[in-house]
Amino acid sequence: MSARVEVEEHMGFWRGYVFSTDHKTIAKQYLAIGLFWAIVGGLLAYLMRWQLAYPDTEVPGWGFIGADFYTMLVTMHGTIMVFFVAMPILLGAFGNFLIPLMVGARDMAFPRLNMLSVWTFALSSLVLLISFFVPGGAAAAGWTGYPPLSAKPIYTGVDWGLNLWILALALEFASFLMGGVNFLTTTVNLRAPGLSMLRLPLLVWMQITAAVLFMLSVGPLIAGAVMLLMDRVVGTSFYLPEGGGDPLLWQHLFWFFGHPEVYVILLPGLGIMLEILPVFSRKPIFGYRPIIYSTIAAGILSFVVWAHHQFISGLDPRLAMPFSITTIFISVPFALMVFAMIATLWRGSISFPTPMLFALGTLAVFLVGGLTGVFNGSAPVDIYIHDTYFVVAHFHYTLFSVTFFAAFAGIYFWFPKMFGRMMNETLGKLHFWLTFLFFNAVFVAMFLLGLGGMMRRIANPMQYDFLQPLQPMNVFATIASILLLLGQIPFVINFFWSLVAGEVAERNPWQANTLEWSAPSPPPHGNFEIVPVVYRGPYEYSHPSVPEDWLPQDRPAVPTAGV
Amino acid sequence: MSSWLPESVSTYGGDIDAIFYLIYYVTGAWFVLTLGVTILFLIRYRRREGRRATYVHGNTLAQSAWILVPGLIVLLMDFWIDFRSAEVWAKVMGRMPSSDLRVQVTAKQFNWEMVYPGPDGQFGTADDLQLENELHVPAGKVVRVTLKSKDVIHSFFLPHVRLKQDAVPGREIEAWFEATKPGRYEIPCAELCGFGHSGMKGWLTVHPPDEYQKWVKQRWPSS
Repeated sequence: MSARVEVEEHMGFWRGYVFSTDHKTIAKQYLAIGLFWAIVGGLLAYLMRWQLAYPDTEVPGWGFIGADFYTMLVTMHGTIMVFFVAMPILLGAFGNFLIPLMVGARDMAFPRLNMLSVWTFALSSLVLLISFFVPGGAAAAGWTGYPPLSAKPIYTGVDWGLNLWILALALEFASFLMGGVNFLTTTVNLRAPGLSMLRLPLLVWMQITAAVLFMLSVGPLIAGAVMLLMDRVVGTSFYLPEGGGDPLLWQHLFWFFGHPEVYVILLPGLGIMLEILPVFSRKPIFGYRPIIYSTIAAGILSFVVWAHHQFISGLDPRLAMPFSITTIFISVPFALMVFAMIATLWRGSISFPTPMLFALGTLAVFLVGGLTGVFNGSAPVDIYIHDTYFVVAHFHYTLFSVTFFAAFAGIYFWFPKMFGRMMNETLGKLHFWLTFLFFNAVFVAMFLLGLGGMMRRIANPMQYDFLQPLQPMNVFATIASILLLLGQIPFVINFFWSLVAGEVAERNPWQANTLEWSAPSPPPHGNFEIVPVVYRGPYEYSHPSVPEDWLPQDRPAVPTAGV
Repeated sequence: MSSWLPESVSTYGGDIDAIFYLIYYVTGAWFVLTLGVTILFLIRYRRREGRRATYVHGNTLAQSAWILVPGLIVLLMDFWIDFRSAEVWAKVMGRMPSSDLRVQVTAKQFNWEMVYPGPDGQFGTADDLQLENELHVPAGKVVRVTLKSKDVIHSFFLPHVRLKQDAVPGREIEAWFEATKPGRYEIPCAELCGFGHSGMKGWLTVHPPDEYQKWVKQRWPSS
C-alpha cells in the first residue's frame, strides 16, 4: 500500500489532481463541475421564479428580467440541469467512482480515455459558459430546441449563443459516449474473481444499462444536431418548410433520444437507492433478478414511447394510441421496482441516517413522478395538460428525485469513501427536511397551476385573464423555491466543513457488503491492497449463518451455522 | 381538484375531464396505498435492540409474487385507462364531425390571424374576412379550424374548450370544437415561439345563436 501512495505523491500536483487518469479523481472532477452547474441552474430558477411571482419587477440581487431574457433562462435552466448536472453527477461522478470499486478493479479499463472524457466535458462546460456572454446571449429556443424557432437566428434574436449550445451538447455527448464505453468494458472485463454478472451490485447494472441506452439513442440526435447547425450556419433547410424541410423531423430525432435519456438519468439514481435501502434495512434487496429484468424491459420500452411528447404536434392521430399504450405500460417495470424497494423494508431492521432519509425521500418523490406520468401518457388528457405546468411539475418530480434526492443520498453515503471523512448527521438531517418540505411545496403548487391551464415558458402569467386568479399560487411557489434554495446552505457548509474537519471514516462505516467498503477510505491509487475475491452476492445482510448482520462479498467462508 | 380545472365549455370537455378524474382516482389510490404501506413498514420495522431483520431474497416465484401480483394489477389498470382513453381520443381526434362553420387560423410571431370564408363558404374569395386575434363562433355548432403557421411552431390552446393543437409551418392541421356556453375565453399560445410568446393570445367569443346571426349581419351587411 505504501508503495502505491508513494507513486501518487511522485506524480505531483498536475498528474495527481488535474490531468489524472485515476477514476476516483475523475469522479471528483465530474462532481465538482456538476455541483458548480447545479448552483448556476438553481440561481437561474430563482430568477425565473421571481419573474413569475412578481412579473417585470426588479429581482433582488439581479435587476430587471425582460421576456427575451426569461426565454433564455428557461432554455438554459433545462439544458444545464439535464445535461450539466444530472449527467455528470449521476453518471460521471457516481459511475466513475463506484464501478471500478464495486467490481473490484484497480481502475477503469481505459484510464486515458476516461481522462479524455472528463476533459471533453470540461471543454463542453466552458463552451456553454461562453455562450452566455456572446452578443445576442445564450440559447433561447427551449431546452428541446424545436425548429424553426431554433433554426433561424431571426426567430429568437440569438445567433452564436445557440450555435455554441449545439456545440456544447455535441461535446457533452462525446464525453459521455467515452464514459459509457469505459463503464461497459470495465464491468464486462475487469470484474474480480468470483464476481459473476448476477453478483454485481444493482447500481452497476443500472449504470451499464444507462450506458447502453445512451449509446443506442444518441446517434439520431447527433445527426439531428448537425442538421440543425447546418440550417443555422450554411443555409440548408432540413427543418425549414420554405426549403422543403419538416420541423417535425427534429421532434422525432430529439425525442427518440430524449425519452431513453430520461432513463439514462433515472436508472443510476434508482441504483443509488437500491444500494442504500438494503444497508439501512439490514436485509437483502427484495427481488434482485426481477429488478434487473424490469430495468432491461423499461430500457427496451423507452425506445418505443417517444411520440407521447408529440400527441398534439400534428402527428397522425392514429399513431397516438399505440404510443399511449406503450407509455402507460412502462409503469409496470417501474412499479415492480418500487414494490421491490418497499418489500425490502418489510421485516427489516430500519435505521434512519441521512443517506437513508434521502433514499426514502427519493422513493416518495419518484412515486409521485411516476404516477403523474400516467396523466401525460393518456393522449386525451395530454390534449389539455400538454405544455402546461402539470408537465413541468411531473418531470421535476421524476428528475429532481434522482438528480438531487438520490444524488444527495449517494453523496452522504459514499462521502466517507470518497474523502475519508464522515459528514455531519445533524446538518444532513436538517438539509433533508428542508429539501423535502420545500421541494413538495414548490411542485405541488405547479401541479395545481398546470391544472388551472398555466402554460410553460410564459414570462408573465398576469397577461392572461384566466391565470390571474391563480397568481397567489405562483407567489407561493416562488417563496417556497427560494426557501428550497436556502435549504441547500446546510449541505454546502456540511460538505466543505466535513472535507477538512469531519470525523475520520473507517473502512466500512455503514457495515455494508459491497466491495468498495473493503478498500481503504479513501482508496489509494489502485484501490485495493490485494484484488478481492468474491464469494457471494452483494446484499447478504442478516444472513442466518453469521452473528453479525452483514456479510461482505469478499469474506472467504461462511462459518458454520449455529453460532 | 375540480375547482382548479377551468370550467369546461365544449361538448368533449367533459369526456376529457372524466379520463382525468379516472386517472386521478386510480393513481391517487395507488399513492395512498403505496406510501401508506411504506410508512407502516418504516414504523413497524424500525431498528430495535435484539430484533434481527428477516433474511429473504424474493427471488423465488412464491416470494416475488408479493411484487408480481401488484404489478399485474397495475397492468390491468393500465389497460382500463388505455381503453377509456382510446374512446375519448377517437371522439376528439378521430373522424371529424361535419362542420357548420369553417375558420382558418394562421399563427405568426406573435398573433393569431383568423380568416372567415364569408357567406359563400369559400376561402380565397372577396368576401373573406380577416380578424386579428378575434374568433367568433355560435354556441351549439361544430366549428372546424384549419391551423397554419407563417414562421415557427405555435400551439392553439383553448383551455375552457379543452383543445390544444400545434400549428406547424408547412402543414395544415385540422381541429374542431363545439362550444356549449356563450362567453369570452382566451386563446393563449402554448408552444414557446420566441420572446413574444408570453402574451401571445387571442379571444374566443361564443355567441348565443341569434346573437351570432347579428354579428354576421354586421360583418357582411350584403348577405
